[in-house]
Amino acid sequence: MAFWKRPGFQRRWDSVKRGWYKFSKNPVSVVGLFFVLLVSFLAAFAPYVAPYPEHAGRFVNFSEASQPPSLKHPFGTDVFGRDILSRVFFGFRYSLMMGVVVLLLVVPPGVVLGLLAGYYRGTWIDTVIMRITDVFLAVPPLILALAVCSVLTPSVFNAMMAVSLMWWPWYTRLVYGLASSIRNEFFVQAAEVAGASRSHILFREILPNCVSSIFTKMSLDMGWVILIGSSLSFVGLGAQPPTPDLGTMVADGAKYLPDQWWIAVFPALAIMITVLGFNLIGDGLRDLFALEEV
Amino acid sequence: MQQGLLEVQELKKYFVTSQGTVRAVDEVSFVLQEGETLGLVGESGSGKSTTAYTVIGIYAPTAGKILFRGQDISAPVSKRPKALKRAIQIVFQDPGTSLNPRRSIGQILELPLKVHGIGTRRDRRERVVELLRLVELPEDYFYKSPHMLGGGERQMVAIARALATEPELVILDEPTSALDVSIQAKIINMLLRFQEEMGLSYLFITHDLSLMRNVASRVAIMYLGKICELAPTEEFFQQPLHPYTQMLLSSIPVVSDDEEAVKPKKVVSQGEIPSPVNPPPGCRFHTRCLEAGEGCRKALPEMVEVNEGHLVSCLKYQPGVASASPRAQEEVEG
Repeated sequence: MAFWKRPGFQRRWDSVKRGWYKFSKNPVSVVGLFFVLLVSFLAAFAPYVAPYPEHAGRFVNFSEASQPPSLKHPFGTDVFGRDILSRVFFGFRYSLMMGVVVLLLVVPPGVVLGLLAGYYRGTWIDTVIMRITDVFLAVPPLILALAVCSVLTPSVFNAMMAVSLMWWPWYTRLVYGLASSIRNEFFVQAAEVAGASRSHILFREILPNCVSSIFTKMSLDMGWVILIGSSLSFVGLGAQPPTPDLGTMVADGAKYLPDQWWIAVFPALAIMITVLGFNLIGDGLRDLFALEEV
Repeated sequence: MQQGLLEVQELKKYFVTSQGTVRAVDEVSFVLQEGETLGLVGESGSGKSTTAYTVIGIYAPTAGKILFRGQDISAPVSKRPKALKRAIQIVFQDPGTSLNPRRSIGQILELPLKVHGIGTRRDRRERVVELLRLVELPEDYFYKSPHMLGGGERQMVAIARALATEPELVILDEPTSALDVSIQAKIINMLLRFQEEMGLSYLFITHDLSLMRNVASRVAIMYLGKICELAPTEEFFQQPLHPYTQMLLSSIPVVSDDEEAVKPKKVVSQGEIPSPVNPPPGCRFHTRCLEAGEGCRKALPEMVEVNEGHLVSCLKYQPGVASASPRAQEEVEG
């Protein structure tokens, strides 16, 4: 039997179709998804779609420096004569990498700590985890990231580490709230009465009921992390030239405002589209995970 | 009395809250015989569900003992031996919250089998389908999630889950009170059939007295954390002794005169159940009792066996205590 005719595959395909229906009910989230897919595509295939891939790195051509937007250079060129459109495409790579790496580092420990604290609510485990979380939450993430980055040598890697260090408590907080109320639900009691293991209860009974909130927060955070990463680059604590980072590009271009506006404005718009895209997806994700009522 | 399947001895469960200590269950004792259904009846806040949850181990008892086949099981469920979890199961009141909305019916039913290491994956799957058939649900519900099912169907799944490990004692915590009347009868009949076929014992928690007449072999009435009266069902309905029982029985709504005639006598119910944080001194019921005398405000009545297997906790029936009303004496004799 062909694999697409098997009942298991049919069931999965049906749930994909149902999922798309729920997600697409909200046109705004479809727009968000379009932006995200566009940015991801440009980032993944930057060397092939960029008109001047060699301009991403150490490249100088003063004869074409500071050209306004034209057919040859749709976004214009910077003071070194590099094509801004090409650099924006490569810039997406660093922005997305920043978001993805930070979330990958942050979400698993944040969620596990939140689950533990919520499940053992009222015990010393709860107290220890949540008080440490509170300490981190007390300081605004950007300020703390700035402090950490200024101690370390400025680089993309260190910027990611600094943001990650600041970001996990938000997930712990979120999951803690959910888990501590879900752990009193009767289905958790039923699993305990049946004799299910602690890890089963944490990861199979409680976690699936938190996933919707976690994913929604992740899509919103993706935008925030990219923004903070760009902010760090903007003040010179993130990616260093000649890395085509969007934040660094805005910082360089800011010096030539308003006469050579295109140097700063196009990278800034690129950041905006990326952040906006991920933020718009959030609503659709929430609908996607909502349970249908009979 | 011979040793029962489940023995509860002077069980206490107190909850410490900011308003004070809630005496949810206060010195409750009863014995559940093998194969019988003990109905535990009471108003909201009488401690009947807390008793059930303490027996199953969701709560650890404050004091007292719970014996299952003579073995002390007064530990919370996480500390109980695995075989015990297999032998005692529970069906919760609201099937909407007792089934995880993010897991499929198949996964829900497979869990107890998995936990107790019953069979291979394929065996377990077959057993789950068998369970679905047992509660008369279609096999393809295996892949459905609970929110796609109706309330009655969900409760069937919850019952199937309780039966998955072939338990000896099933605690039914108001299994029908969240459901439509039409489905209630179906569920009750199914439960009675399973009891017969599998030799189950039920601890049936409910606030529905009229249901107990058809289901229970013995009935216990709880009021503010204490058992007022415990009697075989027939005697309980024909010859209620405790004033509270009389009040409850006369408040069962009936439609026909025939039914009205079956009721013992008219006692108008008055007042509300007092707070278990600050229970009245003496007999817990004296604030609402029509026959309460001076003595009821001071002395806590003890459980007295009036007839064979008929226990009541009221000063009227306590030997050596001046009775409040002469009518009580007649009733004991009659």
